[in-house]
Amino acid sequence: MEIHEPTIIYIKPTTGLAALNLRDLWIYRELVFFMVWRDVKVRYKQTLLGMAWAVIQPVMTMLVFTFLFDKVAKLPTEGIPYPVFSFTALLPWGLFVTALNQGSRSLVAHNNMVTKIYFPRLILPMSSVFAGLVDFAIAFVILIGLMLYYHVTPAWNVLWTLPLFLLLAVITALGVALWLSAINVQYRDVNHALPFLTQFWLFLTPVAYSASIISEKWRIVYSLNPMAGVVNGFRWALLGSGNGPDLSLWVSVTIAVLILISGLFYFRSMEKTFADTI
Amino acid sequence: MSIAISVNNLSKRYRIGAAETKFRYNMLRDVLVDTVYAPVRLAKALTGRAERKGEQNFVWALKDVSFDVEEGQVLGIVGRNGAGKSTLLKILSRVTEPTRGTVTVRGRVGSLLEVGTGFHPELTGRENIYMNGAILGMKRAEIDSKFDEIVAFSEVEQFIDTPVKRYSSGMYLRLAFAVAAHLEPEILVVDEVLAVGDAEFQKKCLGKMGDVAQQGRTVLFVSHNMSAILRLTQEAIVLNKGQLIMRGPTQQAVDFYLSSGQAQAGERIWEAEEVPPNAAPFRPIAMRLKDQKGRVVDTVRSIEPVTVEMEYRLEAPLSGLRVGFYLSTMRGEYVMTSFDTDDASQYEKHGTRNAGHYISRCTLPADLLNEGRYSLGVNASSFGVRRYFQDEQALAFNVDISGAPGTQWAEPRQGPIRPRLDWKIEKVE
Repeated sequence: MEIHEPTIIYIKPTTGLAALNLRDLWIYRELVFFMVWRDVKVRYKQTLLGMAWAVIQPVMTMLVFTFLFDKVAKLPTEGIPYPVFSFTALLPWGLFVTALNQGSRSLVAHNNMVTKIYFPRLILPMSSVFAGLVDFAIAFVILIGLMLYYHVTPAWNVLWTLPLFLLLAVITALGVALWLSAINVQYRDVNHALPFLTQFWLFLTPVAYSASIISEKWRIVYSLNPMAGVVNGFRWALLGSGNGPDLSLWVSVTIAVLILISGLFYFRSMEKTFADTI
Repeated sequence: MSIAISVNNLSKRYRIGAAETKFRYNMLRDVLVDTVYAPVRLAKALTGRAERKGEQNFVWALKDVSFDVEEGQVLGIVGRNGAGKSTLLKILSRVTEPTRGTVTVRGRVGSLLEVGTGFHPELTGRENIYMNGAILGMKRAEIDSKFDEIVAFSEVEQFIDTPVKRYSSGMYLRLAFAVAAHLEPEILVVDEVLAVGDAEFQKKCLGKMGDVAQQGRTVLFVSHNMSAILRLTQEAIVLNKGQLIMRGPTQQAVDFYLSSGQAQAGERIWEAEEVPPNAAPFRPIAMRLKDQKGRVVDTVRSIEPVTVEMEYRLEAPLSGLRVGFYLSTMRGEYVMTSFDTDDASQYEKHGTRNAGHYISRCTLPADLLNEGRYSLGVNASSFGVRRYFQDEQALAFNVDISGAPGTQWAEPRQGPIRPRLDWKIEKVE
């Protein structure tokens, strides 16, 4: 048996907004990987269609949207075929909704882990959000197919702009998930508010419609919703629609980062009572 | 010898108001009133008023506890339910934070309570080993190197690639235990009070504990079983109402624990804050020992029958409930266990009990127990569903044997029972 110097752990009440304890998060990084892996592995177990669900959901929504908003309402799309136009937005939106739903419930869903053992609790909402990326990647293949079919070619800079907008989506989703998961530990009202919240949020985000229908003077207020920045960014990077990065994008970025940082601190300050109140 | 665990002025405060403010949805009226007040509650929660209001309702689960544990020491922790034992272990394993005070721990703390945490029924045995290992803080390389050993120990080689939902409960538990047992923490924490599983499994836990202690690692052992504490530890601490009231060689500590606060004149009354919130809807009120004339007694005569009485309240109807007691000697050997619905006809009649105030009582026949001191424990559970409440040391009492068979000889008799047997003496030659 190998002999190694035992690590020394100091247990004391954490005060204020002190340590985020990123060191522990690093030590437990393999657990993040395992949690994501388990989530992905288990999610479609004992389903007939399996991983196809990751594709069916956004495709069906896209078809409904196409019928309602393109064929019936005839919303403007700046000359882009509506299926590609909406699917480009549904990808990051789907990532966000999955992350929000799974992430907000993650602590309560794993309450046996929370009440029995120590690990950085941040891992639970984090891995829920990351697990959504796998679905995103699968659905992305469909988007590539759609773009080929409709002959839409993105500019070369998509290679670095798209990952950045994806990062913005992850930051937003993680920030909101941190807030909601921590609140959910004490107030299960979150469970009931979630469906309503995501629906409301969908209307505020240019998924079904184009952000260009928002009048100029409301643009900045509109982009206080970071997901508006994400969706516009995806459309700009992949389809070349809209203006590209401008002031409203930076408003979205700032808000997203603020939500994440405040979420981290709120989560940390509540973390010490999770095991007692869950 | 270096110090493995150093606990300094450790205190933990719990809020108890929360359980009481929960609304009962028994009547439509409650639901309506509750709905009307929802905006008020929301406003209070958002402004933080609810928090401040609750501040009066705190209870100290641990108060200024200090002690050191040397490396390689096996320390027993004894105390009644609610004395703070489990809270102490939870703080040591960093599940919850202390309110005040500090602990310095040298090495990884492992607990045999964590068995199966994070197991997912859809994953195979192999996948769950890795998953569970990661949750317990093992590195992947570490799990790789111990994988074969874990599988061999769990005795489920054949099914290692089968989802664990197809496992029998025994296989499941063995696999889970195998992972926890191979964690090799520098400090092992065993909370037998909360341990799940059958007697066989508990025996395995104790066996593992012995091995760990032999390897010179530090062990903290919580148990209500005094004989296990005596057998496995050399030193013990006694907790009472969150305070450390005694530390010493195990024999002394156990004697001290058994003689202090135990002799409650044949009656044990549970105050609201002593009852864990998860006991609901079962709420124990009192346990009593009564003689033939109905007087509460703490010394009973072996030659007279004695009545055991459990008084409790059900806050909601319960089906399959059984309320009963354990009778054990002070050294922790069980004499017997009995429940109020053991009889099939009783079980049928009281299959579902409505909310209300109850007393379950039975009579222990005369000529049953031998001289000595015994303890009565309480258990209220629905078999295979849930254990609502348990207190292994609710009540202690003495048995006086004057007039019992064989007392004409002034000698102690072996064994916990002293029945009056119908001897026939026959001259055959």
